[in-house]
Amino acid sequence: MRHHIILRIAAQLLIPPILLFALYVQFHGDFGPGGGFQAGVIFAAGLVLYGLVYGVAEIHRVAPTHVAMKMMAIGLLIYIGVGFAGLGLGGKYLDYNVLLHDPMAGQHLGIFLVELGVGITVASTMLVIYQCFSEHQSRDLADDEW
Amino acid sequence: MIIRLRNLFAVVMLSSVFSLLSAGLFVTLDAVDVAFTEAAVGAGITTVLFLGALALTGRLEKPVHGRQYIPLVIMIGLTIMLIYGTMDMPAFGDANAPAHQYVMPEYITGTEAQIGIPNVVSAILASYRGFDTLGETGVIFTAGVGVILLLRVGMPSRKRRKSDDPE
Repeated sequence: MRHHIILRIAAQLLIPPILLFALYVQFHGDFGPGGGFQAGVIFAAGLVLYGLVYGVAEIHRVAPTHVAMKMMAIGLLIYIGVGFAGLGLGGKYLDYNVLLHDPMAGQHLGIFLVELGVGITVASTMLVIYQCFSEHQSRDLADDEW
Repeated sequence: MIIRLRNLFAVVMLSSVFSLLSAGLFVTLDAVDVAFTEAAVGAGITTVLFLGALALTGRLEKPVHGRQYIPLVIMIGLTIMLIYGTMDMPAFGDANAPAHQYVMPEYITGTEAQIGIPNVVSAILASYRGFDTLGETGVIFTAGVGVILLLRVGMPSRKRRKSDDPE
């Protein structure tokens, strides 16, 4: 879609706020609506828009699939790790109260880390699924082919 | 009004519009979290994945020959059953609805005292029901692995394909 100048400029204007909003939803999730899953899909939607407008090769350059595939596992491992951290510090699995000396601060830290793990996994999984579909296309379709 | 469409591109676009409208509906129901998800996944990513699938397969539905009465009967039966099922539902916003009883009051009062964050939804998802969310994250991860196994394994990698080109 490189020749669509209006689409390209609109995407250029939209993508940074989308990514920024995803980060806001991620890190402000304790206070406002949102959380890891919502932030992850919004972030992935921004990257998918980038891939749609600038092409498959470009999205592979910005967010390589092999990195995204590792991020999928890293997010889940953060979540599982927080669970085991609670276990190691004398609590139950996924018990955040024991993470810090103050139970309330422990809950804050636990929720923050867990949501971060969810966000990383969701964003990278959505991106990888999109890349898996898009790289099968041998060539870009012309507009009138749809 | 559109009743039948064979052009799947138009079908995908219409379902995307439907998703976006239901995201607006969720906002009016004060379920902003769900609205985020619906707008980003339903209207955004799913539409793109559908288009990707269409580009890999075909853009027109195969024509159906003859009348199909059995699916019609099943659809009508299912519709009647679903409408009948909604008759017993509690009224919207009813405080005595089963969903608002049992552990729910404890979550609402406990979030401030035990967890100390204002967003009850986040507290329930990440802390009270942390195991659930761990399982859901695992499901998403598994879905991603499934797609990788189906679409990527056995495919020549990008780098190798490029180096093959000049030959």
